[in-house]
Amino acid sequence: MIVLEIASGVLLAAGALFVISGGVGLLRFPDFYTRTHAAGLTDSAGAGLILLGLLLQGAGWETAVRLLIIMLFLALTSPTSTHILAHAARRDGVPVWREGDPRR
Amino acid sequence: MTTFVLINVTLLAILIATALTISGMRTLYAATMLTALFSLVTACLFVLLDAVDVAFTEAAVGVGISTVLLLGVLSLTRSREAVTPRLRRLPGAVVVLFTGGTLIYASQDLPEFGSPTTPVQTHPLTDVYLRQSQEDIGIPNTVTSVLASYRGLDTLGELVVVFTAGVAVLALLGPLMQPAEAREREVLDLVDYRVLRVVTGMLMPFILLFALYVLFHGDFGPGGGFQAGVIFASGFVLYGLVFGLDRAQQVLPRRVLWVLIAVGPVLYAGVGVANMLLGGAFLDYDTFAPDDAAAGQHIGILLVESAIGVTVAAVMTSIFFGFANRVESSR
Amino acid sequence: MIATHYVYWLLFALMMIGLYVVISHGNMLKKLIGLSLFQVGVFLFFISLGKVDGGSAPIVSEDVETYSHPLPQVLILTAIVVGVATLAVGLALAVRIFESYGTVEEDQVLLRDADDREQDGGAS
Repeated sequence: MIVLEIASGVLLAAGALFVISGGVGLLRFPDFYTRTHAAGLTDSAGAGLILLGLLLQGAGWETAVRLLIIMLFLALTSPTSTHILAHAARRDGVPVWREGDPRR
Repeated sequence: MTTFVLINVTLLAILIATALTISGMRTLYAATMLTALFSLVTACLFVLLDAVDVAFTEAAVGVGISTVLLLGVLSLTRSREAVTPRLRRLPGAVVVLFTGGTLIYASQDLPEFGSPTTPVQTHPLTDVYLRQSQEDIGIPNTVTSVLASYRGLDTLGELVVVFTAGVAVLALLGPLMQPAEAREREVLDLVDYRVLRVVTGMLMPFILLFALYVLFHGDFGPGGGFQAGVIFASGFVLYGLVFGLDRAQQVLPRRVLWVLIAVGPVLYAGVGVANMLLGGAFLDYDTFAPDDAAAGQHIGILLVESAIGVTVAAVMTSIFFGFANRVESSR
Repeated sequence: MIATHYVYWLLFALMMIGLYVVISHGNMLKKLIGLSLFQVGVFLFFISLGKVDGGSAPIVSEDVETYSHPLPQVLILTAIVVGVATLAVGLALAVRIFESYGTVEEDQVLLRDADDREQDGGAS
């Protein structure tokens, strides 16, 4: 059981790290596309790892099934929304940041 | 306990910071997005304050429905606010400072936060709702039993308010257009996004299934008619946004929606009248099964929650259709 | 005092921000947004009155002893849905006002009304 606890803790910490780095990226990255990347990281990697960590806490199979369903939905919706955001920005002609450009 | 205080204060600080930013913003699109964030943080706070049912509703309503409605209205009107003249700010600030000061002065008489000896917690009614309801009604989720049974008449009133608001919006925005009239118009731009279409198509049945689960599982966990109705509606709103209004209106024709709006209050009041005919009081579900009061309560609560779900879903969907029709016809 | 009442004070601050937006901003949509901020403040205040230290959500199970009070939750649950329905009525009114006045700013609407009245007075 102690192994599970440690694994769960590591996963939770890694997930939290991803969420924080996503937040920092959202503030620090220079343009819309890179920021979308940071936000997408929070949704998929961050939330996914945290859910995995919660899954290992062993709260009974009913909760486990719910967590799995949530993970499935996140895996479907989060990349879709990131893709749509970037696609819409591209259609509207938001320029891509190049080395040396000012921050937007 | 200290962790609780820490999380609570942090969330409240985020909430107040968001509210301040919203009040200072002149671009209303950005303000609308921040109101969605505001609702999510509020939902977290509701969970922290043990109100899971409320958090559920707030998340579905605040992020799903009201954001879409506000965005629709912004695309119909102007999305930039005029500068507030300095002269107007002063009276507002004075009124707010005065009211806030009065509230804080009055808060000295409020009971301590979270104390188990407050009048709210020591009133005999608390015991009825939390303990006796298990024998009277036999439903673990006391929020549902208070909502649908103990205070069923209140909820009927609220449902009538929702019904009236839906009718008022339809009266203001004109009847929903026939799909045939609208079909020749250019469909929404989102139809080009193939990934979105495929994923939405895949998710739709699950969204509706989830709404049904929330509706019928409301006795045992967080959920019930209001939440289910809002989730149904946000499913249809998503469908309408992605596949265009015409297809959404083919799935849900306006006449069906109008009938559904009225079905809820009629069914709800009908349950009450049926109880009276069976020899009980208005909305006294015990009369459904004279030998087993709890079974009668179960039938009554199920009927009433379904009535709520149908009306809330139909009202929210037709409100969205009303606004979306205006957006399409104004192009 | 601070330790026992801080939640109420922070929520009052939230309500007052909403009230300020409603009173001093002239844009009707902004007013409606401010109204919903105020509304959320009231909702949270209500719910916080039913909270007990160490309590849990009022879903009865065998291994839980203290529950928060369900009644404020019921009232607020319905109030949220009613709130969004009334918000929709307000938004519909704003759309209609925009269609006939071409603006959702309160001042300009009042100005147009005053102009119309003057013209009527001159004609009769």
